[in-house]
Amino acid sequence: MTAPLLSTDRLVKRYGGLVATDNVSIDVVPGEIHALIGPNGAGKTTLVGQLTGNVTPDSGTIRFAGHDVTRLKTHARVALGLARSFQITSVLREFTALENVALAVQAHAGHSFRFLRDARSDESLRGPARTLLEEVGLGSRADAPAAALSHGEQRQLEIAMALAGDPQLLLLDEPMAGMGAEESQRMIGFLRALKGRRAMLLIEHDMDAVFQLADRITVLVYGRAIASGPPAEIRANPDVRQAYLGEETA
Amino acid sequence: MIAALRTPRGLVTVLVLVVLAVLPLLTQAFDQRYLLSIGTKIVIWSIAAVSLNMILGYGGMVSFGHAVFFGIGGYAVGILSAHGVSSGWIQWPVALLAATLWAALVGALSLRTRGLYFIMITLAFAQLVYYVGGGLEAYGADDGLNISRSRFPGVIDLRNKASFYWLCFVLLCGTLWFCSRFANSRFGYVIRGAKSNDLRMTALGFPVFRYRLAAFTISGAFGGLAGILLANEGAYISPAMMSWVKSGDLIVIVVLGGMGTLFGPLYGTIAFFVLEESLPPLLDLGRKGWGEYWQIVFGPMLVLIALYARGGIDSLFGRRR
Repeated sequence: MTAPLLSTDRLVKRYGGLVATDNVSIDVVPGEIHALIGPNGAGKTTLVGQLTGNVTPDSGTIRFAGHDVTRLKTHARVALGLARSFQITSVLREFTALENVALAVQAHAGHSFRFLRDARSDESLRGPARTLLEEVGLGSRADAPAAALSHGEQRQLEIAMALAGDPQLLLLDEPMAGMGAEESQRMIGFLRALKGRRAMLLIEHDMDAVFQLADRITVLVYGRAIASGPPAEIRANPDVRQAYLGEETA
Repeated sequence: MIAALRTPRGLVTVLVLVVLAVLPLLTQAFDQRYLLSIGTKIVIWSIAAVSLNMILGYGGMVSFGHAVFFGIGGYAVGILSAHGVSSGWIQWPVALLAATLWAALVGALSLRTRGLYFIMITLAFAQLVYYVGGGLEAYGADDGLNISRSRFPGVIDLRNKASFYWLCFVLLCGTLWFCSRFANSRFGYVIRGAKSNDLRMTALGFPVFRYRLAAFTISGAFGGLAGILLANEGAYISPAMMSWVKSGDLIVIVVLGGMGTLFGPLYGTIAFFVLEESLPPLLDLGRKGWGEYWQIVFGPMLVLIALYARGGIDSLFGRRR
């Protein structure tokens, strides 16, 4: 088996008496889609926060691309190739779709202490940004303000922003949240097309999406990873059925 | 320039700049020396307002202590002058350096906080300097100090009101030019993006704090420049030039003119000074003594702008492209 791109080792995060992350050890190998599922309150958001650098774990380590990133700031992790999308759509609403992606490209184009040259006519930013927008199917919406895009389009825009800088790992926090069936299916198709080229950690509520996309699934309940394995195995796991899937089918 | 004349906004901008450019000629022709003094103050305050707008308007950093840079720029010039260092070639770089360093220090400490805390910390640092200024017995304490104007022998005589005005005007144009480049540069995009959604900018990989600190420092440097000019305008320094009221006035000016717009701070400054000068005599016409309470009229005007013209005066000239 190839060395994991991302791995956590016995990660723990407590909030007072509540153990939000309880000795979680997961990994993502290059090229795979690893899905993280779990009922509300299972600690998915806290775990994501620790992976991105917004939350500091109490103990345990996080390794990414050969580095110990446990204490690293967010921007430094991004520089190593860890990109994310947000559970709640997070785009720069005042800027156009193209400007949003151009900023994402700029984030990987060295420092931005450049004060005089007009970034609007900078093809080294706008060119790749346009290509990324085409790739996610937003090419015709490049000049629309992000606030004017539909919810589904904003999610696509987030993916385009995450793809700038050619990240090694995409951390997708509920990319299908709030999408209609048709939009979801389009997003699933898009993520499947990306599969193999980039590793993804997919946090998702939509079980259809998870079982269609994931190579491996980890189930989180009350902060603990109670099961981890290929979709068929997870589907058959009695603990998982009881703790999570059972609730849905009952 | 010609193309700019086709839109109302462009027309107003060109008109304002042309009037400002020839103001000394106008005041001389109509023999209104006093107006030139107000014009000079407007131009100097505009520089400060444009500099505040760089962080407040573009960056969303509500600094409630920007007048401190009037004080630091002014006191650096005044103190050097009191010790016999009258050359502007020495005074001005020292003053700019002092303002820049102070901005970097305050920024480094205050930009770790957000919202109300940021407002209070910037205010606290400004008050600190204000009280230090008031305690400097050697430099006039609360009464302030008369100073001689900076000397640039053979280059420009700042005692000549028209020359001094034009120097200020050229420096305002330079400040506006820098701001126009800055706003759409890579740096400007980072600052504006962080105002819009700083979590997003961090997730994209920008170390937002560093960029904000740089913006705050640059803004302080231009604020210091305005302080240098203000001290030379009145040949006088006092703690009053950096009181929190002045910091509040600067925020009012930027909001009134239009936050995050290039010329908004200029319009805001003009409106502020014109109202400050014209409301008292107008009210006195109604009844002698009413003029003293001009702010009773001014306050509601600000409220109306805040409620109905969110983009400030700048938004009255139509949508921006």
